[in-house]
Amino acid sequence: MIDFQTDPTRYRHWKLSFDGPIATLTMDVDPAGGLMDGYELKLNSYDLGVDIELADAVQRLRFEHPEVKTVVLKSGKENVFCAGANIRMLGKASHGHKVNFCKFTNETRLSIEDASENSGQTYLAAISGSAAGGGYELAVTADHIMLIDDRRSSVSLPELPLLAVLPGTGGLTRLTDKRRVRRDLADVFCTTEEGVRGKRAVQWRLVDEVVPPSAWEAKVNERALELAARSDRDGTKGIALIQVQRTISDDAINYAHVRVALDRAARVATITILGPSDLPADLRGIHDTGAAFWPLAMARELDDALLHLRSNEPSIGLIVFRSVGDPAQVLGADSLLEQYQTDWLVREIRLLLKRVLKRVDMTARSLITLIDPGSCFAGTLAELVFAADRAVMFAGSAAGDNRGPATLHLSALNFSAFPMGNGLSRLANRFYGEPDSLNTAAALIGETLDAEAAEEHGLITFAYDETDWDDEVRLILEERASFSPDALTGLEANLRFVGPETMETRIFGRLTAWQNWIFQRPNAVGETGSLKRYGSGVRPDFDPERV
Amino acid sequence: MPEASQIDYNGLIPNNVGLAEDLRVRKALETWHPGYIDWWKSMGPEGFQNSPVYLRTAVGVGSEGWAKFGFVRMPEYRWGILLAPQVEGRTIPFGAHKGEPAWQEVPGEYRAMLRRLLVIQGDTEPASVEQQRHLGATAPSLYDMRNLFQVNVEEGRHLWAMVYLLQKYFGRDGREEAGELLRRRSGDQDSPRMLGAFNEQTPDWLSFFMFTFFTDRDGKMQLAALAQSGFDPLSRTCRFMLTEEAHHMFVGETGVARVIQRTAEAMKAAGIDDPYDIERVRALGVIDLPTIQKKANLHFSLTLDLFGNEISTNAANAFNAGLKGRYREDKLTDDHQLTSSVYPVLRLRDGTIVNEDVPALSALNMRLRDDYVEDAATGVGRWNRVLERAGMAFRMILPHVAFNRRIGEFSAIHTDTDGNILSSEAWHARRESMLPSTDDNLFIASLMRTSRQPGSYAGWIAPPRQGIDNMPGDFEYVRISD
Ligand SMILES: [Fe+2]
Ligand SMILES: [Fe+2]
Repeated sequence: MIDFQTDPTRYRHWKLSFDGPIATLTMDVDPAGGLMDGYELKLNSYDLGVDIELADAVQRLRFEHPEVKTVVLKSGKENVFCAGANIRMLGKASHGHKVNFCKFTNETRLSIEDASENSGQTYLAAISGSAAGGGYELAVTADHIMLIDDRRSSVSLPELPLLAVLPGTGGLTRLTDKRRVRRDLADVFCTTEEGVRGKRAVQWRLVDEVVPPSAWEAKVNERALELAARSDRDGTKGIALIQVQRTISDDAINYAHVRVALDRAARVATITILGPSDLPADLRGIHDTGAAFWPLAMARELDDALLHLRSNEPSIGLIVFRSVGDPAQVLGADSLLEQYQTDWLVREIRLLLKRVLKRVDMTARSLITLIDPGSCFAGTLAELVFAADRAVMFAGSAAGDNRGPATLHLSALNFSAFPMGNGLSRLANRFYGEPDSLNTAAALIGETLDAEAAEEHGLITFAYDETDWDDEVRLILEERASFSPDALTGLEANLRFVGPETMETRIFGRLTAWQNWIFQRPNAVGETGSLKRYGSGVRPDFDPERV
Repeated sequence: MPEASQIDYNGLIPNNVGLAEDLRVRKALETWHPGYIDWWKSMGPEGFQNSPVYLRTAVGVGSEGWAKFGFVRMPEYRWGILLAPQVEGRTIPFGAHKGEPAWQEVPGEYRAMLRRLLVIQGDTEPASVEQQRHLGATAPSLYDMRNLFQVNVEEGRHLWAMVYLLQKYFGRDGREEAGELLRRRSGDQDSPRMLGAFNEQTPDWLSFFMFTFFTDRDGKMQLAALAQSGFDPLSRTCRFMLTEEAHHMFVGETGVARVIQRTAEAMKAAGIDDPYDIERVRALGVIDLPTIQKKANLHFSLTLDLFGNEISTNAANAFNAGLKGRYREDKLTDDHQLTSSVYPVLRLRDGTIVNEDVPALSALNMRLRDDYVEDAATGVGRWNRVLERAGMAFRMILPHVAFNRRIGEFSAIHTDTDGNILSSEAWHARRESMLPSTDDNLFIASLMRTSRQPGSYAGWIAPPRQGIDNMPGDFEYVRISD
């Protein structure tokens, strides 16, 4: 089982150190610390295990260190910043593992950019040695890239000439969309195995500055302080991200606020979110409650559950979201998040929820949300209704059920707090062709919507009453399970994201899709393909036919 | 110096590559040449630039051409571009293209790889000149001073050889790299030379001899591997460079041998039997044998790092591509493709050093290093014959390959010179018994006083058995007063 939980006492590959507003995140990969057997993580190359630690470090820096305003990303090894994803690992990994690995690393890279953009915690990449492939892709997530000018250190994206695959962790996309490298120069860069160093790297906008070794340490520190001075981050005392508690049994994973039930025969995982029961009264209370504050605790648990399902339960094809609780309490949590949104911690919680919900969007399983009596799809939790491929709602009450009918509630957060990768709120994404519906929905904030109202306003897919509910739900799930998993993944990935492209959607949509195609092709993974032949010294044999 | 534009390319630059007719390369060389001369004057031998030195100049590759002796001021040395004669019908001797006609032009798919090989090799050539630039002032004799300068001008010529290939075959990138070769500086913090051992100091003459014995021998191994290349111009260039490299190793091997000989003689004359009676030996003004051993330990281990990681994808790729072969590839009798054979490699496994069979293609660095160790051991054997003849029981050794390493399998551990793994404390406690200490270096430095009378030698080194170009013992190899 791949475990996505870790903490700094268990890191094997990263070191965190702190100096006032500056934290240094040092990559020093233990070659013997691979997640699986059969490869050595030489030259600061990474596998999923290395990235799990990175994701944890990035998360902790945000929550546990409000005083940190700049994070310096550097290497603990001489002559190499990072050699990128470990090639032997990629050569041995199953297609599914490769895809999940790339998706997770991409999500982690975006979380770094999210910290720079939205948390006042700016990343600075200090590249000494070579930053190749995924190593440069990692550096490019930083807002400011410094390259030591020792006439040896270089940046490169050698994937195509060296491995016959793409710089697929956002590399290609960030070159043009973030660094604004001219497309023909990007073409030269991506086909030059040895990369670019020194002044040319600055001219081509691959890095922001080059610095001679004699001035290196001082200059890095100076820049870090400059970036820190721009920050609006004002917290002083962080909260501890205590370990997420869970129990895993054969057919269930249980957290405090999230329950996962697995029906492997039906290939369905049901994720039930339990709403909050006692919420703090004010900002001080939120800080005192820390990691136990419901929105934060629930978000971390849901995040872990999604990652677990993605990596460890590949044949689960459907995720059914349910919820149990009092909608008024969920809305209460939302109003705390809205009222104190300028506080650094509340901001972090909102941003984390945003990222976890994006993780839902990016999960390649069919998502069905069931809104039934006793559920609490309100505000933040209603995002799971809008994230789903289909949402169905129980109309009226069941005989003998005294809980009252199922309801749906919107809060202000549904409109502003949780943009998807395409920059739209899930409601704006949903009503892309119906601007009036979006306006109408905004007027429904705070209202209690029953199934009829929800259906009328287009907030759910279908409403079924007691007579039809069981059968209809069963049919949806069975039908879904009968379709081709590949075709469904393609269908869902297309329909979930409407409208405008962003760097993020281009990374997940265009770059990743092509990369995953290449990962299936004999030129990469065939017996004489590049990944199989890599390191043997024997050149791959390519099928010359362009497809 | 004549103006660059007026250079007579066949006269001033001895060459057998038709330089006078090759406009493109001429233009590139014209741009590069002034920078080279500037580099030589500022980073080449310190002092003595106006003294005529009795140097050998290669003006052709035939038997009369390759060794013309005469007095020349170093900046006026005629650095030539000489390739061993082309062998008709030569084929690529190894790798995936084995048996195909050798390339006369760079194959596009291997351009970057080949350029990298040339740049790494090229970078070592000026580096050692820079490392050795202060040594003229403390030369133990005019004979040794001349040998130093001979090595220096030939390393300069090796730089020319690599620059010629870069400019002839690698377009704009090649010209840029040629310029960079003049801009990097040994030991410079901001733009160091590419490989570690070429950024170390060569502070004294024993270091110089050790360097030419151990580190130039790495150069020999690399050149020998490149001399097998399927890229014919590189192969021909390296074959000719090897003839010069042999002289550098002669300087190193005989230099150390003469130091050993002098120490042995002095000990005998003073009746000292115990080589570890260091104070008494040093009081004689000679270098004690254990310190010579420590210097050898240092230079051997630094040089082993130049072979890179034992298991190397780059080396495998270069072999498979037909660009860099094995040592004496042409004398080996296997399939020359190595796609299905294995090679034993010393590896660190769970804290112990073990021998492990790995695919032969990925073990090429290891293999070249093994050949190097064997070659170096032969030279050490000759040092030991000097000791034997002098009736000394002391013997020089090569330390274990795991000793004092910073690159490869053993960079993670400390060992003694026998390869026994040491704890960090034990290493620090024993370090100075295995590597030169500050005291050792200060002592050697204290002996570095020059001796410039023709035929006279500093007290810590024996005269050579024979003069250069069969010149008499009191020949004035460097006319300092001129
Ligand atoms: Fe040389
Ligand atoms: Fe040499």
